[in-house]
Amino acid sequence: MAEERRQKQCSVVMPTESMKAMAESVGVGQLQEDSCVALSEEVSYRIKEIVQDALKFMHHGKRRKLTTNDIDHALKLKNVEPLYGFQSQEFIPFRFASGGGRELHFYEEKEVDLSDIINTPLPRVPLDVSLKAHWLSIDGVQPAIPENPPPAPKEQQKSEFTEPLKVVKPGQEEEGSIQAKGQGATSAEGLGKEKGSIRIKPRSTHELSVEQQLYYKEITEACVGSCEAKRAEALQSIATDPGLYQMLPRFSTFISEGVRVNVVQNNLALLIYLMRMVKALMDNPTLYLEKYLHELIPAVVTCIVSKQLCLRPDVDNHWALRDFAARLMAQSCKTFSTTNNNIQSRITKTFTKSLLDEKTQWTTRYGCIAGLAELGPDVIKTLIIARLSVEGARIKAVMEGPVVSNIDKIGAEHVQSLLLKHCASVIAKTRPLPDVVDQYRTDYGYLGPMLCSHVVKARAQAALQAQQVNRTTLTITQPRPTLTVSQSTLGVSSGPRTPSIIKVPSSLALMSTRPGTPTQPSPPTTKYIVMATSAGAASTQQVITLSSAQSGSPVTSTVPSTPSTLQPLVKLESSSTAGMSRPLQKYIVVSLPSSSSVDSKGSGVLPASTSPISVEQSVKLERSESPAASTQSPH
Amino acid sequence: MAAVQDGQVESDAEKETKPDASNDVAGNSSGGARSMSPNAASSASGAAKAAAPTGPGEQQTLLAVLQFLKRSKLLESVDILRREAGLSDELDESQTNDGAAAGSGAGSQGEGSVDAASLLRRVSVGGAAATNIAATTTSKGAEDQPDVSIVLSAYSQQGDPALYQVYYSGLKNFIESVLDCHRAELSQLFYPLFVHMYLELVYNNHEHEAKVFFEKFSGDQECYYRDDLRVLSGLTKKEHMKGNETLLDFRTSKFVLRISRDSYQLLKRHLQERQNNQIWLIIQEHLYIDIFDGMPRSKSQIDSMSGSLAGEARREANKAKVYYGLLKEPEIEVPLDDEDDEAENEEGKPKKKKPKKDNLGSKNKKQDPNAPQQNRIPLPELKDSDKLDKIMSMKEATKKIRLGPDTLPSICFYTFLNAYQGLTSVDVTDDSSLIAGGFADSTVRVWSVTPKKLRKVKSAADLNLIDKEADDVLERIMDEKTASESKILYGHSGPVYGISFSPDRNYLLSSSEDGTVRLWSLQTFTCLVGYKGHNYPVWDTQFSPYGYYFVSGGHDRIARLWATDHYQPLRMFAGHLADITCTHFHPNSNYVATGSADRTVRLWDVLNGNCVRIFSGHKGPIHSLAFSPNGKYVASGATDGRVLLWDIGHGLMIGELKGHTDTVYALKFSRDGEILASGSMDGTVRLWDALKAFDVETDDFTAATGHIHLPDNSQELLLGTYMTKSTPVIHLHFTRRNLLLAAGGYNSQ
Repeated sequence: MAEERRQKQCSVVMPTESMKAMAESVGVGQLQEDSCVALSEEVSYRIKEIVQDALKFMHHGKRRKLTTNDIDHALKLKNVEPLYGFQSQEFIPFRFASGGGRELHFYEEKEVDLSDIINTPLPRVPLDVSLKAHWLSIDGVQPAIPENPPPAPKEQQKSEFTEPLKVVKPGQEEEGSIQAKGQGATSAEGLGKEKGSIRIKPRSTHELSVEQQLYYKEITEACVGSCEAKRAEALQSIATDPGLYQMLPRFSTFISEGVRVNVVQNNLALLIYLMRMVKALMDNPTLYLEKYLHELIPAVVTCIVSKQLCLRPDVDNHWALRDFAARLMAQSCKTFSTTNNNIQSRITKTFTKSLLDEKTQWTTRYGCIAGLAELGPDVIKTLIIARLSVEGARIKAVMEGPVVSNIDKIGAEHVQSLLLKHCASVIAKTRPLPDVVDQYRTDYGYLGPMLCSHVVKARAQAALQAQQVNRTTLTITQPRPTLTVSQSTLGVSSGPRTPSIIKVPSSLALMSTRPGTPTQPSPPTTKYIVMATSAGAASTQQVITLSSAQSGSPVTSTVPSTPSTLQPLVKLESSSTAGMSRPLQKYIVVSLPSSSSVDSKGSGVLPASTSPISVEQSVKLERSESPAASTQSPH
Repeated sequence: MAAVQDGQVESDAEKETKPDASNDVAGNSSGGARSMSPNAASSASGAAKAAAPTGPGEQQTLLAVLQFLKRSKLLESVDILRREAGLSDELDESQTNDGAAAGSGAGSQGEGSVDAASLLRRVSVGGAAATNIAATTTSKGAEDQPDVSIVLSAYSQQGDPALYQVYYSGLKNFIESVLDCHRAELSQLFYPLFVHMYLELVYNNHEHEAKVFFEKFSGDQECYYRDDLRVLSGLTKKEHMKGNETLLDFRTSKFVLRISRDSYQLLKRHLQERQNNQIWLIIQEHLYIDIFDGMPRSKSQIDSMSGSLAGEARREANKAKVYYGLLKEPEIEVPLDDEDDEAENEEGKPKKKKPKKDNLGSKNKKQDPNAPQQNRIPLPELKDSDKLDKIMSMKEATKKIRLGPDTLPSICFYTFLNAYQGLTSVDVTDDSSLIAGGFADSTVRVWSVTPKKLRKVKSAADLNLIDKEADDVLERIMDEKTASESKILYGHSGPVYGISFSPDRNYLLSSSEDGTVRLWSLQTFTCLVGYKGHNYPVWDTQFSPYGYYFVSGGHDRIARLWATDHYQPLRMFAGHLADITCTHFHPNSNYVATGSADRTVRLWDVLNGNCVRIFSGHKGPIHSLAFSPNGKYVASGATDGRVLLWDIGHGLMIGELKGHTDTVYALKFSRDGEILASGSMDGTVRLWDALKAFDVETDDFTAATGHIHLPDNSQELLLGTYMTKSTPVIHLHFTRRNLLLAAGGYNSQ
């Protein structure tokens, strides 16, 4: 990899297209190819030189980011006039535009209305520099105060767990990184050294400070106490506090013991509280829970499948606890399951085993099904739907047979509704239309008819949702300031070059998961994509412009929706009135505020606060990732 | 034969270079250029003389050049050269005969069996380089341009460009096939050869070959040369070579390699067998091979010392005697004033103080054999207020905590909030009462961290009104209305990169991107002097521990020593090959240490401006320096995140502290030198066991050869690591009671 990078280092040169574009911007129309090459080499060298000097200023400024000021200072060093007025709020102020077979990065200079500036209220004065003192260490021990970082970052907790023999002090893993890279001889030496120094970690007692003991006491009391407000606060603290690492073993034991005792005593409320604690612990991003799964998972599974969780099973809603715990289980499977611990497969096996057992109680059965169902549609499909008819028969036996007990009946009812709820959505996605009741009865037995009606409902709902999303997508539009892209008519490329054209649909598909228009023909020839952010507003506004020809790209067609016509958002104004010799084309660009509406489907393509550069990267990424999409576009 | 032809070419080159040299001299003496003004000339010439070739070998080379010029009837050049080198006629006459032989002996290291023509040519090339160095050092920081053509012309002789790859890979194969013990030593050759071969290719317009050559072999180079390779890779055309500083560094300074005699013989035999003239020429002209007798060094030994821009330091460069001992403390009667006694009485141990003081006194009386003469450098006389301050500090010192591996210091962290990444430098006064910060917005801010607020002196009109006979006149001159916790000093026109309090807390120095060093009064909070001399950014400045003097260093590669009452520098320390990034005074004020982007630390003698130590071994620009309180050791931290420890007396590296993951911006020894604290861009403060680190036996052999074997125990030396919350640590300071103060600007991203 280093090799690759070095090769790049050697050959990175400004593209000649940029030279041409720059020459045009200062009025030099016809630039020879040779001079372009010569210029680009010279320019790249000078730029590298300046950037290398600018790095010095960055280092002395004690920063990790290069700023425009550094470049200015480097220019000054070379006796070159700095670029005045190049300050920018954003880190990289460039916009990207492509069209007519060329790609351009440009610096957006908006026309500013003075009256607007005068009328806007003054921004708040930035806070003045101030000095604040705190104890970083007291007699060699770092106090746990908000000014200091949490005692152990997650990576360190992990490394302690996975490699307990390694030295535990943070930041020492880099040992010998420089030497090891040296040529030849050192690698052998290094190996020998590693082998020789097997250190055994001394047994350590985990002592909690007085503050931590107090905190632990308060938190645990609040979590299982009677005051709901306090409990919410405590859970919030568990879920967000970064310094809980040292108390984690205590919490874990607290929960596991708590569940053990309260299951015996059938104390439903306490079990719920304990499960909420587990949830809070899992939500805390700074904790490395892997170490304590052996205590937590049994506790959670107990709450899912236990025969009895409450004193009066006919009245109390222990079903909710089972559902909640099942969700927790699914979440931990998702986050912690690895090829080594195989949590998911082990859990699945456990659930399936008791599900297959004839004598399993209704409560346990419910728990098993809930636990499996939360693991995702694939599990539902293979493990639950396959058993629908068997379960259906069992439910039928209880519901329509002789009255055994009220509890059994309630249990059977809950299992039935649970099965219907989970299976319907999966079947709605997998089973082809039409939904015929008889067909369902033969396939799924007793539950068939009910399932059929649920599936129909689910389908209808899905369609409704899709429509709603479409509507919102198209309602909000905003005009944008006019953007002029001058297109050269150099004879080199007579038509629009194919590669950039091909890129268009796929990048579009990424930008917005808007429904495609598969039926539409593709008449126009050129397409333009302009991305921009409005500097003032906090949210990004991508200007997505296209001609209406993005048909049949695979990405877009996956979105199930009714076809909706999309208006072309770029208006092409050919105006040869400009004083220049070549025709100037003007594109009026209309934008969609994408982050709020286009992504409202929750597709998560672009987070709301995407910076312009990341947008660009993601677009590029998409391009490289979907060559198929590109080639299939109709050109 | 090729050698004869080359000789012809060379004489042509010689002709065209000479006028350039004379132009240069003329320009230098007439205009004075920007480099220095007449006042400074005296001191500067001292520095230049030191840097100019004075060794007998080099003098003989010069003589050989003279002889050659005479033979070629270039009488004007002869005069110029003679004048410049300061050679007298009779010396010339008497030594010419044996000069050539001796000079060639020095140049080719005892290899005598080559024909006379090639000998002469080699000598003449060496001579050209030598004069050129002399010229460069005198006009350093001024015009680099006139030198460039001379410098580059050395590249004009060339072989077949296509064969360069063959040569290089031939040598590579050879080195890989030799015995293990020699391989490590000989592989030092790779990097300098690679660089010079590449530059020759580029200079002779073989762009394509150069590119191929670079791509093929750049991967073989040691990773610590990566930054230089990056610069090199950008350079693809002959036109680029003009004005490129890094390139000039490669050329003007010979790359120094230390190789054992056995390995060198091996190499020489190989090159002679192969008739590998191209490589041999490069070794002759661009490298300086420092041959030693004894065991070849191991890979790790070499790695620990290499990495600087111009190879290792020559052994003789670190031979000069350095008086690293401390100066005798002035005898001050410590009055046992009443309140102090009371305090002692309250604690119930009044007797304890007496014996302690006696100890201190006796220690002071004994003269350290390594200490310089008390008046070697004229120091300012102590004022009454200084004496008071000394007494205060001695009193505080008695309450000092003795630190050690078991008693670590407490750390108080001063975070600069809302600095918007603009904090560039910090300093704390010795008594820890004031903190100053330099900012990227050109301001300097001073805070008082004690309850005592900062007050200005009253205006002249108001001062007339006060009673000058009053006892509390010093109180009365202060203007109560201006009392505040912080003051802002405006004056610079660029980021303030260096900042330093005077020991008496009356002045503050700041150095900036605008090329000036400013002296501020902390009585009136106004600028007193702007010292102009560096025309480029000044990266660092520091007051002498005794006040009055200060040192500054910056982008122009010259460190300057100033006195506060002179607007011209007293000394100019020239020799670094890249920016001087940090400057530091030795505790006895007789020496100045500078760290540079050429990845060396140099120690300069304030008395005569000589460079007395060159420490190579860092793999990145050096950003922090610290002397141990006893003056024996110096620690340096660099962008590679490592801290290196050096023994000044022996001129040796004695330790390496690895642990930081980013630039080390701050280093400080505790007051008694037991603990070294380091602060870094990675947002950690680390404490190291300094006593243990310095506890390495240096036997005579090691001291003589300089071949250290570093103990690999830096993890055992690490006593503590303290993370901040995304705050780079850019300054560290031990209070008189050994409380560690750290400072940095909070970085919200």
